[in-house]
Amino acid sequence: MSQRKRVAHAGSQNRVPRVSRQVVLDEDDDGDASYTQPTSSQVQKARENYTPVQVDRKVAEVVQFILIKDQKKIPIRRTDIVKHVIKEYKALYQDIMKRADRIFEQVFGLKLVEIDAKNHIYILINKLQPVPGEPISMCPGNPKTGLLFVILSVIFMKGGTVKENVVWNTLKKLRVDVGEKHEEFGDVKKVVTEEFVRQKYLEYLRIPHTEPLEHEFRWGQRAEKEVSKMKVLEFVGELHSQEPQSWTQQYREATSGESSQR
Amino acid sequence: MSRPMGDSHKRFLQTLMSNGIISSIQAKALHRHCCETHGAHYSADRLDEFIDVINANLQPMFMYIRKGMSEEDGVQYYALVNTAETDITRMSSDYADNELELFRKTMDLIVDSENGAASSTDVLNCADSLQTKKMKKKETELVLNKFVQDKWLNEKQGVYTLSTRCIIEMEQYMRLIYQDLIKVCHVCHNVAIQSQICENPTCGIQMHLPCVAIYFKGRSDPLCPACNQFWAHEIPVVTCTLSRPPEANGEAEL
Ligand SMILES: [Zn+2]
Ligand SMILES: [Zn+2]
Repeated sequence: MSQRKRVAHAGSQNRVPRVSRQVVLDEDDDGDASYTQPTSSQVQKARENYTPVQVDRKVAEVVQFILIKDQKKIPIRRTDIVKHVIKEYKALYQDIMKRADRIFEQVFGLKLVEIDAKNHIYILINKLQPVPGEPISMCPGNPKTGLLFVILSVIFMKGGTVKENVVWNTLKKLRVDVGEKHEEFGDVKKVVTEEFVRQKYLEYLRIPHTEPLEHEFRWGQRAEKEVSKMKVLEFVGELHSQEPQSWTQQYREATSGESSQR
Repeated sequence: MSRPMGDSHKRFLQTLMSNGIISSIQAKALHRHCCETHGAHYSADRLDEFIDVINANLQPMFMYIRKGMSEEDGVQYYALVNTAETDITRMSSDYADNELELFRKTMDLIVDSENGAASSTDVLNCADSLQTKKMKKKETELVLNKFVQDKWLNEKQGVYTLSTRCIIEMEQYMRLIYQDLIKVCHVCHNVAIQSQICENPTCGIQMHLPCVAIYFKGRSDPLCPACNQFWAHEIPVVTCTLSRPPEANGEAEL
């Protein structure tokens, strides 16, 4: 028994460093693995150097890496993908990402979108919207989704930009007070101005020349790509028992958005 | 090449991934919902084929949807398994280092125990000796709660057991780490953590409680299926969740 136990413990100990490496992924960045465009001969050479099986394996690792990041809706940086997964296969970056992208679309119903072309930052957006009547929710255990949807609605109905006070006042009417700790959301201001912003659902910008300092909200890039404006309008329409068409300007924007989004 | 996935398959997979684990009853309802949402052909008895299509496409990513049984009530569940992982990396994006170490230690306690369970006192004690970073009692309790909430552990009256999700997803890891400490059930051949063990020292086979219940149902003398000696344990009663009729009715309607 003790013999066998030792196997177990030695095993688990060995594995701790690997996990800690995974955990620190978010914070570290020293630009070591910064990606430079390979020359075509480098690409050619790399293609010959690695077997298809090896490259398949890399593609699978990239897909898994991005899926894990996406669970927390953390935007994914090219430097991180290269540094932690692609490594010595760097010259094949384009090949590998193209295939990963195809897998996200064909297998998971997700799409990899570059939201920052300068720093090469990606997010995964969902191509399948949640629909009514789900026997099990597609986004369970996230009561914050409702909060987010309300804020996106306010912004959309007010023409795309709103001062933060408008948002806080609306939430107050729904008994969510930014000044107090909410039992479900915790620090509401932090969730809205930090978490939603980091996840790229919202933009929270300083309004110049304001004294005291004021901020305004806009839709973030993830919201633009992932959230249907028509759904928002239908939601608002239901709240006010009105047809979505009665908001002409918003309706026009929502319909034109539907055709360009997909 | 494998059959390509439709949106119905993708929706099913996404829902399973974001929920971590779903029961077979939920899977059936979800199968129907996904097919209807995307106008795909639906037939209630084709769930396995539906999942096979997903699995064929997941295979190059070293993932697949696996069915497993709850050790407590025998209900079938589905979870997504990663075959390339030999570690609990699956959890690493959600937990800090010392929390992961606590999880491993809890797993050690449960696997080493006779009955596949660990008391909260024992778990709290081992939190004192974490090498990564010690945890206070309050903190440990919060983390354990999180494990239960995230469906990695079950808790009943201060006793922790491995959840169905944990057993389905981490079977490979457990076999690697615990090697022959891990036994399989004589009846269903899945890993058996909470189980009864044959008292005959030369036999010692294990059976899950729900498997024991099914196996001995209607037999007057409970004898070990391997050595034929008396099975010296209390035979659990088959719970209603094990009887199939409700599901069969649902299918007949269609
Ligand atoms: Zn069994
Ligand atoms: Zn026996």
